[in-house]
Amino acid sequence: MTSLAFDQVKVEYAKRTAVAAFTDTVKPCEWLCIIGPNGAGKSSLLRAIAGVVPHAGRILVDGSPLTARSSRRRAQLIAYVPQSPVLPSGMTGAEYVLLGRNPFVTHFGRESELDHSMVDDVIDRLDLATLATRDVDTLSGGERQRLVIARAIAQEAPILLLDEPTAALDIGHQQQALELVDKLRREHGLTVVSAMHDLTLAGIYSDRLILMHAGHVVAHGPAQDVLRPETLGEFYGVSVRVHREEDGTIIVVPNRTTSF
Amino acid sequence: MSTSMSVRGTRQWWIPAAVVALACSLLLGLMIGPAGPTWWRVPLELLDRLPFFSVDSGLTATDWSIVWQIRAPRVVLAAIVGSTLSIAGASYQGVFRNPLVDPYLLGVAAGAGLGATIVITVNRSGTSSWIIDPLPMIAFGGGLIAVLVTYLLGTTAKGERSSTSLVLAGVAVTSLATAAQTFLLQRNSDVVRQVYSWILGRLSSATWGDVRLVLPYVVFSTVVLLLHRRLLDVLRVGDEEATALGVNVRRVRLAVVIAATLGTASVVAVSGLIGFVGIIVPHAVRLVVGTSYRLVLPISLLFGAAFLILADIPGRVLDNPAETPIGVVTAFLGAPFFLLILRTRKNER
Repeated sequence: MTSLAFDQVKVEYAKRTAVAAFTDTVKPCEWLCIIGPNGAGKSSLLRAIAGVVPHAGRILVDGSPLTARSSRRRAQLIAYVPQSPVLPSGMTGAEYVLLGRNPFVTHFGRESELDHSMVDDVIDRLDLATLATRDVDTLSGGERQRLVIARAIAQEAPILLLDEPTAALDIGHQQQALELVDKLRREHGLTVVSAMHDLTLAGIYSDRLILMHAGHVVAHGPAQDVLRPETLGEFYGVSVRVHREEDGTIIVVPNRTTSF
Repeated sequence: MSTSMSVRGTRQWWIPAAVVALACSLLLGLMIGPAGPTWWRVPLELLDRLPFFSVDSGLTATDWSIVWQIRAPRVVLAAIVGSTLSIAGASYQGVFRNPLVDPYLLGVAAGAGLGATIVITVNRSGTSSWIIDPLPMIAFGGGLIAVLVTYLLGTTAKGERSSTSLVLAGVAVTSLATAAQTFLLQRNSDVVRQVYSWILGRLSSATWGDVRLVLPYVVFSTVVLLLHRRLLDVLRVGDEEATALGVNVRRVRLAVVIAATLGTASVVAVSGLIGFVGIIVPHAVRLVVGTSYRLVLPISLLFGAAFLILADIPGRVLDNPAETPIGVVTAFLGAPFFLLILRTRKNER
């Protein structure tokens, strides 16, 4: 159970500000979903948490700043699933999942028996036994995505970052991947921060939404507060209808702009 | 055994296989040569020299000194050069995530060549009688300086894609050093032949002194590279993901580049330029053991040594008493192989 707090976090690339003064607190075991149009700063924020790009301000994990920790220690706390992960050709599924154990292996060391059994356990639990011995090159998009999530789970980090986890998947695999994350979140008490384009899925799976636009937070709160036609219209520049189902599910449907 | 461990299980057998291949080629290298004893007497004599064995090989003292003072240092040096170029090649390929990268990429060879040319044009006849021959030292220095310049150019150039800018900087430094060398040669055309015989690679004049000269650098470089073999596998997911997995990518890359360059520059200093080994061997190894650096590095080391010992043999016996430079032999084998890699890679896409 680990909390994640942001204090005036700023990410800049050569004079362009990608994230401006982001402040928020993600509670332990919460699923925060960041939405917003392309270039809003969603990925940059996730990359800053993962330590891949430098940031100003403070990102606090359980109260102490990330920058005070070594990269190895940070990787023990935070697992990151990037938007387009690289699966090196020639590697087997099991070898790929084993990479997730890197934060626990000393610099010049080798993986221990424990690391190997952890990997086997993750492969079992995620039902990936058929992929374990296959070359990652031969896998489909959905299989690759499950393997990347397995690698992140093998990392045993209490915080899981997902950048567009469903972008390359069909509707069935989207549901499968997100259900898997949700199940693991509940079982292990993971804190999840994800960036998502599909607003309906974002509303269904997250506890809380943050809408970003040009690096700023422009709306936040539960799905019914953020997913409103006028808000989405203003920041995405689209015309949408928002349906509310009886069970509380919110469905976002784009309106056609031309009529025949 | 667990799934994640058993995957690589059968491929582990390639390590003993490579050791056997290396032992056989060492023996073959000692047995074959234009002068000296009949080939089959050599293994008998070696057996005789082991404790508890007594075999009459019929070798004379002269025969033995040919084997021990002329062939042996040459074979050992070929093994050292071959293994260093191969492991350095595999490491560069890993750290730059570019399978076509060669130890010569960062300008090592061109820098060393320029250093050697300077020594030869300035005063070869004077310096060769010095107690310590300055030529390998200066070639080594030239190689290191070239890499240093490449590294500075490549990292000060802005942008996150430091691998690409580094490779491009290497190309620029190589062209510059080659141009400077050509300029020097044109003004001193009397030493062209001498410079070229150095450039094309000479194991022919190898002595135990050469072996002693490079051994410390080569051992250091090989140990450092082997220690990084697991991290090279992690780097294969790219800089960003490797960082997110807790790897200090810049530090690992710097350590590997320095170690590989040190090894390459020191072997270039004693052997001249022997091209393509750093590409041929790691690629052939990948075809049989897969792409994991945990196996590719140690097996490239062993097969690289065996490969260069074998590649040196035709040069010794083909147009006796003249010698075909080993750089020519490896280039004849390497160029078509390189083309083959390019073609198969194209088909994959």
